[in-house]
Amino acid sequence: MKLKKRVPVIDQGNSLGFWGGKFGGNFVPETLKKPIEDLEILFNKLKKDRKFINERDKYFKDWVGSPTRFIKLENLTNHINGAQIWSKVVSDANGGAHKIYNATVHCLLAKRSGKKIICGDTGAGYAGKMLSMAAKKFGLKCKIFMGAKDIARQQPNVKAMKKNGAEVIPVYSGSQTLVDAVSECMRFWVANCDTTAMCVGSTVGPAVFVRICGWSTSQISRELKAQLIDEFGSIPKKLKLYNCVGGGSSSFGFWNEFMDYDKRQVEFIGVEAGGPKKSKKHAAPLTYGSKIGILHGAAQYVNQNSDGQIEETESISAGLDYPGISPLHCFLKDTKRARYTAASDEEALSAYKLVTKFEKLRPSLEPSHAFFVALKEAKKLSKDTVVVINSCGDAYKDRGILEKRLGKKYVKSN
Amino acid sequence: MLNPISVAFKKAKAENRPALLTYTVAGDSSKKQSLNILKSISKNADILEVGVPHNTPVADGSQIQTSAYRAIKKGIKLNDIFKIVRDFKKFDKSKPIILMGYYNMIFQYGDNNFLNKCKTSGVNGLIVVDLPWPENKDFAKKCKKKSIYFIQLLSPTTTSKRLKKIIKNSHPMNYFISMLSTTGGKLKVSSKEILKNYNMIKKINPKKEIVIGFGITDKTIGKLKSADGLVVGSAICKEITRSLNSRQNPVTNVSRLVRKLKNKIK
Ligand SMILES: Cc1ncc(COP(=O)(O)O)c(C=O)c1O
Repeated sequence: MKLKKRVPVIDQGNSLGFWGGKFGGNFVPETLKKPIEDLEILFNKLKKDRKFINERDKYFKDWVGSPTRFIKLENLTNHINGAQIWSKVVSDANGGAHKIYNATVHCLLAKRSGKKIICGDTGAGYAGKMLSMAAKKFGLKCKIFMGAKDIARQQPNVKAMKKNGAEVIPVYSGSQTLVDAVSECMRFWVANCDTTAMCVGSTVGPAVFVRICGWSTSQISRELKAQLIDEFGSIPKKLKLYNCVGGGSSSFGFWNEFMDYDKRQVEFIGVEAGGPKKSKKHAAPLTYGSKIGILHGAAQYVNQNSDGQIEETESISAGLDYPGISPLHCFLKDTKRARYTAASDEEALSAYKLVTKFEKLRPSLEPSHAFFVALKEAKKLSKDTVVVINSCGDAYKDRGILEKRLGKKYVKSN
Repeated sequence: MLNPISVAFKKAKAENRPALLTYTVAGDSSKKQSLNILKSISKNADILEVGVPHNTPVADGSQIQTSAYRAIKKGIKLNDIFKIVRDFKKFDKSKPIILMGYYNMIFQYGDNNFLNKCKTSGVNGLIVVDLPWPENKDFAKKCKKKSIYFIQLLSPTTTSKRLKKIIKNSHPMNYFISMLSTTGGKLKVSSKEILKNYNMIKKINPKKEIVIGFGITDKTIGKLKSADGLVVGSAICKEITRSLNSRQNPVTNVSRLVRKLKNKIK
């Protein structure tokens, strides 16, 4: 299995949509074949269309807010006393997370295809919140599917969706989390694909959704590349990019523009959710060696039992609480371009405490997983190593959980 | 030897009626009960579709999901399902059985291993909901080698160009999904519209048996009588749920429902 140079990774799949010949594809009910093909034709055309790209860039700049900040975390750098610690503050983006890029592009595509309704899944509620914002902006009706467990634990985002006029549909089946929300959203699309567009909230799902999402979030690394050159004059000789990985949209977008660099110069580190320390359950299929299986239309490493039933996951962060992982990351793992590891619930919480103690930055529980691994490794790295962590979400949505686990102090003082 | 699925269609045609296909989930609400349901409905059903329950079913509505979760909760495994089929075939050797499920379970079992097991258990056909054409080409070939029908799904969104390609490559039986819906949706298009699409598909190659499924109940089945076969699934799963909730015997209730369905198409 080999990664090609000078070809965007999203376009390295074969004619059936498989990366490395075995990840991804289109394992979908017959009814979805045609709408998926239509979307593929539209996307393949528009991604080469200068006018469409300009339109995207205009919305990214004026509405999403580009570029998001790239800042040095001076106090943490001093405290850690190893590598330089930097952060790309993607939570600056309108709505507070990277999910806005994919949502915006999907609404632009839906408008072009003449659809009036858009449906989407959400876990942490960011994908849903952003889709509701973009749908409102572009005059589309919006339906969001969300697990009942996530509705209870991510209320601020649920409120935001409703305020934007979206219908939030609770999903009670299975574990009542993201995996079930995606299933229910796909079922809704099966029944309504003639009138409705679907947005999958991460780089998962049938191949075209993986590609659209990766294409959209790559804005993050386009910005970062320019900011690095601004700051250092060139891409640093030792650069390490840490990102949390749920479905894999923010990490893929954070890395994409650096794909062709040698990994000894630009290393990618993906951090999955290891779940509670005491629990056997996790959401880290790459770290813990899960087998290849099919979930939501794509072949990928996925937590499952020997019979092929998808296993329940557990994580403090709703956004990472997904049993599968993008085919793009399976590909990056098997070609050894990226390295994957996991942080537990407790470790993510400890990193949140540390970051908020030293810096004016409040990463949500998802990026706190990445902060944990980055700060741990940075201690042992040289001072000329540049560590960048994607702070892809803001902790406002997590304040209920943080208050419960860490006490009021950690919510109020920030 | 002719596949018992083809024999069943011949027999129904001789009686001037469509074949009746039932769908029940293996292990719902227990291994023994699902076997007993199969035995009791086999008098009136021509072909038995046996659902392999999966916990991320992207094409199933709430009734079939409920049945599937009930079966999974009781711990049903693929090997149990093969045993149910084997036990049923001891009871009625000639009645065709089709397994219907999602590809991941086959993939984990291994294509060849799975097909060998199908063969020795007496499975006559397979429907794999999320393995569409052309992705299913290789798998369908393997089925053919074992004389197991791989049943292609066709939908109202399938373009005519695609229909022709699929049907050309298909085995003797195909399945037309009546409308844009998951299983168990209410029939949102008229039976006339469904039959119009059906006839268009049928014309491509009249020799292929085409069954219609999704949304068919005892209220609507009579209007679709001109098809080669009709599948009822969610209505049966719903009857199992209703029986359990009202502490009645699902076996007798489902058996009564299937008899009623049969009477409507005679
Ligand atoms: C803030 C944040 N980070 C990360 C994720 C994980 O998703 P992905 O891996 O697609 O970036 C989510 C998902 O909801 C999220 O809200």
